[in-house]
Amino acid sequence: MIPASFDYHAPGTLPEALALLSKYGDDAKVLSGGQSLLPLLKLRLGQTGHLIDIGRIPGLEYIREEGDFLRIGGRTRESALESSDLVRTRYPILHDTAKVIADPLVRNMATVGGNLAHGDPGNDHPATMLALGAQVVATGPKGERVIPIEQFFLGLFRTALRPDEVLTEIQIPVPPARSGGAYLKLERKVGDYATAAAAAQVTLGSGGTVERAGLALTNVGPTPIKAADAEKFLAGKRPDAATLGEAGQRAAKAASPSADRRGSVEYKREMARVLATRALRLAVERAGGR
Amino acid sequence: MQPRTTPEVGGMGHSMKRKEDPRFIRGKGNYVDDIVLPGMLWMDIVRSPFAHAKIKSINTEKALKVPGVLAVITGETLAKYNLHWMPTLMSDTQMVLPTEKVMYQAQEVAAVIATSRYAAADGVDAVEVDYEPLPVVVDPFKALEPNAPVLRTDKKDKKDNRIFHWEAGDRAGTEKAFAEAEVTVKQDLYIPRIHVASIETCGCIADFDRVNGKLTVYMTTQAPHAIRTVFALVAGHVGLSEERIRIVSPDIGGGFGGKVPVYPGYVIAVAASVVIGKPVKWIEDRMENLQADSFARDYHITAELAAKKDGTITALRMKTLADHGYTDAAANPSKFPAGLFSICTGSYDVKKAFVEVDGVYTNKPPGGIAYRCSFRVTEAVHAIERVTDVLAQQLKMDPAELRMKNFIPKEKFPYKSALGWEYDSGDYPAALRLAMDKIGYHALRKEQAEKRARGELMGIGISSFTEILGAGPSKQFDILGIKMFDSCELRIHPTGKAIARFGTKSQGQGHETTYAQIIAEELGIPASAVQVEEGDTDTAPYGLGTYASRSTPVAGAAGALAARKIREKAKKIAAHLLEASEEDLVWETGKFSVKGAPSRSKTIQEIAFAAYTNHPPGMEAGLEAVNYYDPPNLTFPFGSYICVVDIDRGTGMVKIRRFVAVDDCGNIINPMIVDGQIHGGLTMGMAPALLEEISYDENGNIQGGSFMDYLLPTAVESPSWETYKTVTPSPHHPLGAKGVGESATVGAPPAIANAVVDALAHLGVKHVDIPITPEKVWRILKEKGVAE
Amino acid sequence: MATHDIRVTVNGTAYDAQVESRLLLVHLLRDQLRLTGTHIGCDTTHCGACTVLLDGQPVKSCTVLAVQADGRQISTVEGLEKDGKLHPLQEGFWEKHGLQCGYCTPGMLMTTCALLTRSKNPSEAEIREAISGNLCRCTGYNNIVKAVQFAAERLGKEA
Repeated sequence: MIPASFDYHAPGTLPEALALLSKYGDDAKVLSGGQSLLPLLKLRLGQTGHLIDIGRIPGLEYIREEGDFLRIGGRTRESALESSDLVRTRYPILHDTAKVIADPLVRNMATVGGNLAHGDPGNDHPATMLALGAQVVATGPKGERVIPIEQFFLGLFRTALRPDEVLTEIQIPVPPARSGGAYLKLERKVGDYATAAAAAQVTLGSGGTVERAGLALTNVGPTPIKAADAEKFLAGKRPDAATLGEAGQRAAKAASPSADRRGSVEYKREMARVLATRALRLAVERAGGR
Repeated sequence: MQPRTTPEVGGMGHSMKRKEDPRFIRGKGNYVDDIVLPGMLWMDIVRSPFAHAKIKSINTEKALKVPGVLAVITGETLAKYNLHWMPTLMSDTQMVLPTEKVMYQAQEVAAVIATSRYAAADGVDAVEVDYEPLPVVVDPFKALEPNAPVLRTDKKDKKDNRIFHWEAGDRAGTEKAFAEAEVTVKQDLYIPRIHVASIETCGCIADFDRVNGKLTVYMTTQAPHAIRTVFALVAGHVGLSEERIRIVSPDIGGGFGGKVPVYPGYVIAVAASVVIGKPVKWIEDRMENLQADSFARDYHITAELAAKKDGTITALRMKTLADHGYTDAAANPSKFPAGLFSICTGSYDVKKAFVEVDGVYTNKPPGGIAYRCSFRVTEAVHAIERVTDVLAQQLKMDPAELRMKNFIPKEKFPYKSALGWEYDSGDYPAALRLAMDKIGYHALRKEQAEKRARGELMGIGISSFTEILGAGPSKQFDILGIKMFDSCELRIHPTGKAIARFGTKSQGQGHETTYAQIIAEELGIPASAVQVEEGDTDTAPYGLGTYASRSTPVAGAAGALAARKIREKAKKIAAHLLEASEEDLVWETGKFSVKGAPSRSKTIQEIAFAAYTNHPPGMEAGLEAVNYYDPPNLTFPFGSYICVVDIDRGTGMVKIRRFVAVDDCGNIINPMIVDGQIHGGLTMGMAPALLEEISYDENGNIQGGSFMDYLLPTAVESPSWETYKTVTPSPHHPLGAKGVGESATVGAPPAIANAVVDALAHLGVKHVDIPITPEKVWRILKEKGVAE
Repeated sequence: MATHDIRVTVNGTAYDAQVESRLLLVHLLRDQLRLTGTHIGCDTTHCGACTVLLDGQPVKSCTVLAVQADGRQISTVEGLEKDGKLHPLQEGFWEKHGLQCGYCTPGMLMTTCALLTRSKNPSEAEIREAISGNLCRCTGYNNIVKAVQFAAERLGKEA
């Protein structure tokens, strides 16, 4: 399988990259890890005149806590996230997620920014970031702008990122004490997209009730889905089995899956419920709730 | 079995490290796509997006303008040479390139010849084809309905879509037994279409030398000699003559049956090379491989058993609809349109049996090839092993106990089955007992009862299979008339080393090692000093190739018998050297000595040297032999597998907790290699049980046509296999061996399916079709009200 | 059609090449540098037959552009043997029958080579997880696990 011809550009700085993007407009694509983009080009399902490789721009790969945020450079490899002690100990939901994206070899190339910017509802980071209440930094010719993640996913393969922008950073609020998160994915085998997956991030109050709950779903709709109703329902409640089960129900209602080889609409919706409930349970556990 | 030879000699029973590995572990294997010839061109194929459509026009203008594109070959091009159709191994016909209509999605429509891989791909993109879609027949049952469109309009007298009706056994006697039975059970099963998906796809380099008129084809084939003959038969009329065709099968990256057929791509590449006069390389990509290469299975089976209340099985009946796609291009022996499906009485002493199979055309790619399985044995074993469990459930008997009750007793071998096979040897209870012992069967049943009480789902599944291998005896077995013998040509060099050439072709089975071990066993020449060659039709003796686990049963026997011929001659030479009479000589591994005077001896090396330097007067010099082995019977390896599964009540996900495999493949040449074959076969058996399936939507669009949806197990899904052996030698094979390459693929699926059904049996579940996806299980859990 | 002059270091040797933008790294290695140990199995980033190390990390070279590798270090199966001595993993795969047809083997070797660099004594589960991006159709993976354990032990002794 051979991609159709295109021109490749490897800018050494972000401004150069942005200039190229401005110049070629819709006829250009940003190449980050390439693990989604290059297969599309090889299958000739997509075509582009110009690939702008951001792989040679220094300073886009980092994971650090700074101020109120965990900051992840847009080109940070999934494998870096997976092996980061900071992530494993303080953001288990992110560690869970990185571990189940595609397969270990793909994760050595694939990037966190790419996973989000591709706008694929089957990708795993979007739900996680929704649960975490993250925001992304888009850098364009006029400088940086911050986009809350809830406003980022517009449709199937469509995001709020403009053609002349690069996703340069993901900012995740540092969770307060008694927080925990989990990402649970049902996949047919390693390397598959989720049949359904759920990301849950929970902060418990001093009395053991839920202070904040973030809950989102992967691959059960045209975009990643924030289970807002379930989140609201959980706030202020004791996270007992019945409550978490009800939250799972509410999350499933937010899903609008389509049938494919992974399962029927009914099955996927039910899996959204089961996984959301389980992810919440694990998140509460990790928050020290049990 | 204790080895009779020292590790230095490395005969049978030694886990000798493989002789082929040094090149593979260094990345120095030589696969087809690794070969580059001077001036070589590239071919890439335009494929149909429709499952059934008339081709109104093919416009090649734009493609020919793509830089590097030299030619576009269409059906019209080939029709000029009458090469647009070719015969299949089952005496049906298959398009090389269409002139009128396409019959399945991804069918070859045209081929682009270019100066590079990349240019050829660009050329394919630029070919414009105008199609007129035709009604599509996907469902084989509908294909047989009276109003179904007749698909093979190329066949003048064809009025329906039936390919064949085949039956075996005693219809009346079986009906009577069913009528009189105390208990009967009936189960519909679908064994879905699957694809071998060897990690190396198919491909070739066709190299026609115009000066001497010789065609050399390097190709991914499991049966190079048969391919040469097919090429000579197909293209004889355009001047290709068999002595000027050389097929070279280099290292093969997995075959499993998928590299037996002659695919259109090979033929187009040959035609292109003959016309252009340059080497032409064609390597299919993965999607072409999955979508257009021959498939396996696709059997719709109704299986029935009749029994007494005490569990004694009295009769078996099976009725099957076989979906062959648009042509019958199955790779079966010619007289067996349904392969060896009549092994479906399995390991049981069934007195009356009747089986019938109908083959049907549909708008799907052709096939009926194997998937690491001997000619439809997997389908047969799945049916009998599943329906046996259905009977156990009906009778409320433990499935192990029911099997024990019905096994063909050890003393009844050789055993003539109700469907006509003569099973060579077996000890079925011993294998099942060992498996039960190793897995702790009774403790597991106890654990299951406790778990059920807690609402947890766990199942234990048994499969006690019997294989049928080593095709085959010439009175029944041929392919296009060529008898299914296999061959060895053995030469001993003056210094006592050897070269052995075979008519088979390893695709990973380790022939270079095991064949050398056979020669070592028979002659005492160290296996390390025996060079094994296969796959080049200019040098190797004629043979039918490697598939259906036939290499050890047939070619391995040829190797042993060629070595024994050598030994006969060696004895004469030894007698001459020792000045003794032949009758006074005794053979022990590697040397002849004089009876009663063991110090008077000659080693095989000394004898070999003498064969070239000091051979007896009146005897031809040299030490060589050829054997074409025509097996007197098939071999019948067997085994008992037990699988334990746990089921997630929330998702329906099945997890294999343990899997114990007890195999009996007779005497073992290389235990390490046998274990490797079983491990691999188990993973390839688990795959269709839980993951793999190719299906079609109502328009004939393939579902599962890439590795995104055709789910090969990784090391994570594949459990850690536990393997054990019993040894019941074949009485008729020269080495007592039976063959093993496919046993596990045959035996594993019903063990897994039985385990899943067993986990759900208390809910009243009798059957689940494979692949057992999480959703299928979840639907049952939901229906039974036990889903989380 | 844009071309690029690149320099890649493969198994310690620097190569200069002129490549089309779209040339895949696997084709650079196989067709231009004639290092055919790296195979192609699926084209869609599923099988791992094309695995090479890019600056020490195992990646699927069918899903990396050759030009992306400009100025970088690539290791392929051909570079595992040093001074006529097999890498312990090569020994392990041979000793434990970790291969059959040999087609996935170079990819498996490169992936596990990286694994043993970061994890000295991996558990069976870790090994299985590490090779879950590499498909093998022949071995059922049992003996690949054993081969890697053999190599880990050998490397431990050598250290």
